[in-house]
Amino acid sequence: MAPESNLSESSPSPASEAALDPRQLGEIEAEARGGIEDATDLAALEEAEREALGRRSRFSSLHRTLGTLDAAARKDAGRALNELRRRIEAAADERRAILEQAEREARLSLDRLDLTEVLPGPLPGHLHLVTQVREELEDVFVGMGYEIAEGPEVETDWYSFQALNIPPDHPARSSFDTFFLELGEPGAENYLLRPHTSPVQIHLLERGRLPIYAAVPGRAYRRDTPDATHLPVFHQVEGLVVDRGISFGDLAGTIDTFVHAIFGEEVSTRLRPAYFPFTEPSAEFEITCRICHGSGCRTCSMTGWIELGGCGMVHPAVFEATGVDPEEWSGFAFGFGIDRLAMMRHGISDLRSFVENDVRFLRQF
Amino acid sequence: MRAPLSWLSELTPLAADARDRASVVELASELDSLGLVVEGTDWVGEGLDEVVLARVLEIGAIKGADKIRRVVVDRGEGETVEVVCGAWNFSEGDVVALAPVGSTLPGDFRIERRTLRGVVSNGMLCSGRELELSDDHAGILVLGRPGAHDGSIELGRPLSEHLGFGLDVVFDLAVEPNRPDCLSMVGVARDLAARYGLPLELPEPSLEESGTPAPELATVEIEAPELCQRLIGRVLTGIRPAPSPALVRRRLLLAGMRPINHVVDASNYVMLELGQPNHPYDLGRLGGSGLKVRPAGPGETIVTLDGETRLLGGRPRRGDDPLSDKDLVICNAHDLPVGIAGVMGGQSNEIGEETGAVLLEVARFTPVAVGRTARHVGLRTEASVRFERGVDPEQMERAAARFCQLVVEAATAAGVPAPTVAPGIIDANPVPFTRTRVTLRPPKANALLGLELSPELMGDLLAPIGYERVGDGRPEAALELVVPSWRPDVSREVDVIEDVARTYGYRRIPRTSRRSPSVGRLDASQSLRRRLRRVLTGLGADEAWTGSIVDPGDEELAGAPGGFITVANPMAAEESVMRAGLLAGLMKAVRHNSAHRNPWVRLFEVGDVFAARPGAGGMLPEEHERVALVLARELDDAAGAIRAWRVVAEALGLAEVELRQEAVSAPRDDGEAEVDLRGLHRARSGLLVVPARGERAQSVIGAVGEVDPAVLAAFGLPHGRVGWLELDLVRLAGAPRRPDEAKAVSRYPSSDVDLAFSVDEGVPAAAVEETVRRAAGELCESVQLFDVYRGVGLADGQRSLAFRVRLCASDHTLADAEVAAARRACIEAVEGSLPATLRG
Repeated sequence: MAPESNLSESSPSPASEAALDPRQLGEIEAEARGGIEDATDLAALEEAEREALGRRSRFSSLHRTLGTLDAAARKDAGRALNELRRRIEAAADERRAILEQAEREARLSLDRLDLTEVLPGPLPGHLHLVTQVREELEDVFVGMGYEIAEGPEVETDWYSFQALNIPPDHPARSSFDTFFLELGEPGAENYLLRPHTSPVQIHLLERGRLPIYAAVPGRAYRRDTPDATHLPVFHQVEGLVVDRGISFGDLAGTIDTFVHAIFGEEVSTRLRPAYFPFTEPSAEFEITCRICHGSGCRTCSMTGWIELGGCGMVHPAVFEATGVDPEEWSGFAFGFGIDRLAMMRHGISDLRSFVENDVRFLRQF
Repeated sequence: MRAPLSWLSELTPLAADARDRASVVELASELDSLGLVVEGTDWVGEGLDEVVLARVLEIGAIKGADKIRRVVVDRGEGETVEVVCGAWNFSEGDVVALAPVGSTLPGDFRIERRTLRGVVSNGMLCSGRELELSDDHAGILVLGRPGAHDGSIELGRPLSEHLGFGLDVVFDLAVEPNRPDCLSMVGVARDLAARYGLPLELPEPSLEESGTPAPELATVEIEAPELCQRLIGRVLTGIRPAPSPALVRRRLLLAGMRPINHVVDASNYVMLELGQPNHPYDLGRLGGSGLKVRPAGPGETIVTLDGETRLLGGRPRRGDDPLSDKDLVICNAHDLPVGIAGVMGGQSNEIGEETGAVLLEVARFTPVAVGRTARHVGLRTEASVRFERGVDPEQMERAAARFCQLVVEAATAAGVPAPTVAPGIIDANPVPFTRTRVTLRPPKANALLGLELSPELMGDLLAPIGYERVGDGRPEAALELVVPSWRPDVSREVDVIEDVARTYGYRRIPRTSRRSPSVGRLDASQSLRRRLRRVLTGLGADEAWTGSIVDPGDEELAGAPGGFITVANPMAAEESVMRAGLLAGLMKAVRHNSAHRNPWVRLFEVGDVFAARPGAGGMLPEEHERVALVLARELDDAAGAIRAWRVVAEALGLAEVELRQEAVSAPRDDGEAEVDLRGLHRARSGLLVVPARGERAQSVIGAVGEVDPAVLAAFGLPHGRVGWLELDLVRLAGAPRRPDEAKAVSRYPSSDVDLAFSVDEGVPAAAVEETVRRAAGELCESVQLFDVYRGVGLADGQRSLAFRVRLCASDHTLADAEVAAARRACIEAVEGSLPATLRG
């Protein structure tokens, strides 16, 4: 807004004062400005403009006197009047902008919505926590250059046990531990619900395309009575690598890489000897306890370590069963429970929450 | 296995001390790294070093107290202590255990000076339970009676010194099935000795034998060498069963076994120490002085030590395995069973008070045979577990001698006459044991492990755990090794490589990494599954996981026709067949939420369903991965399901899929089980079909509609209508997609034409829409149904269907005449080919 004090300074020509009374111009301007400033809405502003510059205004009557002046004075007076008009119009425009803005604000205020009174609408659903963890694991494996391999849940004895070097009297092959299916005639091939995802290893090896860098996620079945930490149906993931010159050191390094990707760089891993028929040397791998960060607590039985899964070098008997030469190729496998991992990471105390399908549980993740 | 530290330390001089917690933790960590996982570390015997022997001098009543008494004891060197005691099982002159003020008993129980009824108690007389020596809490521990001469009683002496044991640590070890040698103290001690570079001191029993030679007192015979390779016997006469020395009893208790008498205890002690199960028979009650091993006849029975009658034999043979149907029994000389070989002895010849002579049996059985018999009779014993996994065949004589030595020592300690050990062993050895030989190639081992160990170092790692080198030991390309007799798991090179890695230390092997030479990515069906899951969550559905082993009754309620894949050994009848579909599981999931006041849900599941292969039985069942969406929100119904399907189809870019409502049972196109309409509302559901075209066969990819109200009722759902969408993932992956080639959009304005037809109810709206689309021809940009109306102004059996046809040319602005012509063409086509008329 132009300050009113500018008025005298900007008066263009002292010579014209003789013709038009500058006091009169000043009065006109002050009056017009007063009217404009006083206008509180657009209609009033229009009225104030009309009063200041309209046909019946002092300005107009003064303008009409121009004709009575001589040429030189008319020119000066005309200029002074035009400038006065411009100033008044500018003041009105300025005021109009303010009033328009205020009116818009008023309109919007009337249109106010309390954003917290909005009724709930449909929300997206949630992937099962086990799916989320499985996909995360798959992504890490994919990032490591592995293919994701899958296989059927109903399997034969060969893929589940024999080819995996599991001896006939191993407890896993008994009907205490594994679900068998009744299909057709007795004495026919024994079909069973795979007790682990390892049969897919055999399918991959039998496929005969080497090297293999694969991860196998999937569902498996064991005759465990359901309790807080066991379900007869569960999910596993395992990694299988078969290439020339693969060593136990590669296995330990790969588990490191994998665990860092899943749990973060600050988590360490270690291996300890274990026994699995399909790997040798075999190991269990542990990670630093995420509760106490290794200093020892109840969760880790004061050891600072939590067992995550099993691993080892592919047993030569498994290679022999699948027609792969163990003198040329070597490999490793490692696996663990997806459900257990999810349980551990999210502080879930009872595995059965996973199969209850209570939306109050499902929607937390 | 529970291994007391003191027992291990007797076999190898371990540095760890129960008083030094850090040293115990360190030892536990080494056990872990050897593969002997420590599942628990228990400190025992707390307070035994502080509690002292004291003699009761005086017992006096306390005024006004009838439960407690004042007791004055002599705690040695004439020092008397006055305590208050609530036990009544002792008298003046008895020797008792005094916990002085300041001592700490198990459970962190600190003894303090207390005043009871005005009498100051300066300590506590302890019960067996308070010291965790026994379960006895009826009275205090009485260690000696007056008059009984016992030279070991020395007043003031710590109880630990008196008993011969004090503070100790017991490791609870998880022993892997391939390491039966570590089901013994010697085995664990051997691994530790090797790790720490310490000597292993095996018990070397020396015996004084006298009298009639054993082979003249009893006989042993093996009838089935395929089941029992060797059996040896030892005879002891002049036995007087007595309690074992405190240390033996203590060790048995710590290892988890109950002390019985010195003969039985010696047998168990030998098993725990050496890992050799063995069995002492009461020779007098045996019935015939001899043992015979033979397969049990079908239906033969025996009463085992635990008093149960066990039925033996009569198992079906498995395949062509001649051992698979045989249970092995030990018989007396009259051929009557006196024990189940390797599992449990018989009651008839149990060692008892009257036992005067003992025949000890130490045998070598075929491992799988013992395992099978144990499973068959349902008895898993300390002996059967060891035999099943494999017992060292070369320590049978040592075990037998150790037993004799322990029996003699125990008798001496108990003050009963020492038994006579008959000279020699009775031996049947039809199949002598030979050790396995394995060739280890150091370069192969290094390559497999990622190490660079010298052959010498490998040899040095293996020697302390019992491997012997053949030849002059010069480093050649390969080490010829004789495998220790106690390692039945070692039969080939890789087994030895594992031992190299284990003894070297897994944790010392440098970690390396190998990059995959390929690019990892999900395959097409895996990507599809992921996209589908996200589309479904976008529709507001939460993902469920329901069981795949289900109740056949539930499957039938959900409309499945039976013929399920049956689980031969289900855990419960409610989980006895493989699911044929996803409907039952999701119905139950909705019901669960309904019961928890969340009835209005949408749920989906991705999972396999199972069906018998048509035709011949005995074939691998069909397994199909399906995704099902149940829509059970308020107002959800078939229409909601259709909209959900359209979202799925749009998101996945599916093309050409037809919705077939009238085809209730489509024929199988390739003989495989496919999605059907069972369990769905007959009049409000349809199949999603990719029609046959050219080479391509028809494929039913799914079903969409509403759950049959009868099914809702059967599962007890309160919902009026529940929408349903089910898709077969493999077929979905194979369904045609929108062409991926771009089609330019027109720059010219389009025109809309609205057409409302009165159409017979029998005519699908899709048919009208398709007719309109075809008639509009090339100019047709889209046809959309925007209104359906029934009621006033329409004849019965008719409804009004209003379509908006958007017309547009790719190269010019449409003239009015073109629009009018197209409109006419649409009307004529519909009216001409369908029972439909344009509404005025």
